[in-house]
Amino acid sequence: MSDEEAHEPKILASAAGGGLLDRRLFLKKGLAFGAGAALTGHVVKGLAEEPPAWMKTPGEPFSNYGRPSPHEKDVIRWISANAGAPGNGISWTPLHKLEGIVTPNGLHFERHHNGVPQIDPHQHRLLIHGLVERPLSFGIDDLLRYPMVSRLCFVECGGNSNAGWHEEPIQTPVGYFHGLASCSEWTGVPLAVVLEEAGLRPEARWLIAEGADAAAMNISIPVEKALDDAMLALYQNGERLRPENGYPLRLILPGWEAVLSVKWLRRLQAANRPVMARNETAQYTELLPSGKARQFTFVMDAKSIITFPSPGRNLSGPGLYQISGLAWSGRGRVKRVEISADGGRSWAEAALQEPVLPQCFTRFRLPWRWEGAPLVLKSRATDETGYVQPEREALIAERGRHGYFHYNAVVAWAVAKDGTVSHVYA
Amino acid sequence: MRKERQRSVRQLPKLAIACFALSAACSAEPEGPRLGHPASPEEIAAKDINVFPDGTGLPPGKGTAREGKVLYDAKCASCHGPKGIGGSAGELAGGGSLTGPHPDRNIGTYWPYATTLFDFIRRSMPLDAPRSLNDDQVYAVTAYLLHINGIIDDRTEMNATSLARVEMPNRHGFIPIWPGEKAR
Repeated sequence: MSDEEAHEPKILASAAGGGLLDRRLFLKKGLAFGAGAALTGHVVKGLAEEPPAWMKTPGEPFSNYGRPSPHEKDVIRWISANAGAPGNGISWTPLHKLEGIVTPNGLHFERHHNGVPQIDPHQHRLLIHGLVERPLSFGIDDLLRYPMVSRLCFVECGGNSNAGWHEEPIQTPVGYFHGLASCSEWTGVPLAVVLEEAGLRPEARWLIAEGADAAAMNISIPVEKALDDAMLALYQNGERLRPENGYPLRLILPGWEAVLSVKWLRRLQAANRPVMARNETAQYTELLPSGKARQFTFVMDAKSIITFPSPGRNLSGPGLYQISGLAWSGRGRVKRVEISADGGRSWAEAALQEPVLPQCFTRFRLPWRWEGAPLVLKSRATDETGYVQPEREALIAERGRHGYFHYNAVVAWAVAKDGTVSHVYA
Repeated sequence: MRKERQRSVRQLPKLAIACFALSAACSAEPEGPRLGHPASPEEIAAKDINVFPDGTGLPPGKGTAREGKVLYDAKCASCHGPKGIGGSAGELAGGGSLTGPHPDRNIGTYWPYATTLFDFIRRSMPLDAPRSLNDDQVYAVTAYLLHINGIIDDRTEMNATSLARVEMPNRHGFIPIWPGEKAR
């Protein structure tokens, strides 16, 4: 393509139906978005104006801890708690208002069973006991002296996206449908290091983890995961954990449902069997049409969501756009994300933005020229194990509609003639 | 302390090389500074509130559904409704079926182990005052919840032996996905 051609949207290479363009166009030309009349208009207007007020007077002084711009005051977690028990509920990450892959700490989703404990780190201890050679107790200052590791990974509630089981498609922004998932850089001590110090006995198969909240939430974790990649996390995105995310100490089990990444961790009991706590029997189990229920369904399977366009983030008219979204898999790296703009008849491969890390949010993008006709957008993730995100029909045929947890089907957005985006089952 | 930190940082590359040389048998994790404090049996006993399905962890004490009803009405019914039905919190009783278009998940139809009731109530309930019930009271409320689900009568004493022997109706209703399906 010549430079001249790059400014002419009509010749951009088509990759699939509905106006999807080749993902490599971004790399080649930076795809001249907005080139043309609309941008030119702004430039001319800007040149004629006085400098803005904030260029003609000194700005605000320094701050000890920065805050978002007041113009971003609507970028918040949406809280959905029990009216009779305000510490029991959830808050959602506004995925539809964020870009890249990292979730700001103040916007990481929350699930609390009985409020956020305000823990004095000097009084908090981690006890490791049960089937170990040496029962041990650690202070936070002790753990801060251990060799640390950092890794980026998502944390996703097993109940995320569960409105997908509803008979009618929910109409709400992406974050309030799929935002019980967030992604951070976690830093802490590999759990294997302190387990080695305590000396796990060979018959130890499970660790019963317990938090120091007012629910003393407990749950059983397989020793295999604990020794593989579990972390005693002390830092999130560079700073110490926030109280609502487990300060001063939490577990991180990359890729597994978040209820296992116990916050405010105070105790690990090594055992030869699971404790069969409420949250691994009555909850976080998935009822099948047969009346039997799936239990210990730890891994979060591959999922992808188009965050733009999406409900509430409509199109302003025909023209060139960049489709943007998030994909992730609890089984490893995202290998491929495909996008359809014709309801699934044809698919184009999206560009995966680096870094593409295991058990981590992966940002995907694809250039698109919307002609102004109604159509249905879908995204479909494949992970490095070959697992392909299922269509909703296939997931429901396998699991029924009453499993509540682990909903990961392909999501479809209908774009109307006026550019309005809505959630559809298609 | 600063000296120790510097030393442990310098040791890392050496340890990493040693691990590499020792092949797959050696964990990739660096060794920690071994700062764990020995935990005494008393400290463990004071903190350990896990109750397993075989009754391990159940404390001494006892209670019946008759005693539990008084406690339930005073401390639980405001959220869970009278007799475990119709409150703002999850339904605890009411029978029903796990199949069909509107499955009924409650203690009687769904919970596989009676010991889970004791474990959960003792650590978490009531929501506005967790850890406020003594062990006799937890046994009594547990007995009441089993009774309103038709599992025991209102005079049967629940204690460390009898509670572990209660066979829940949905005891065999679960299909463990782990460990058949590995993470990676």
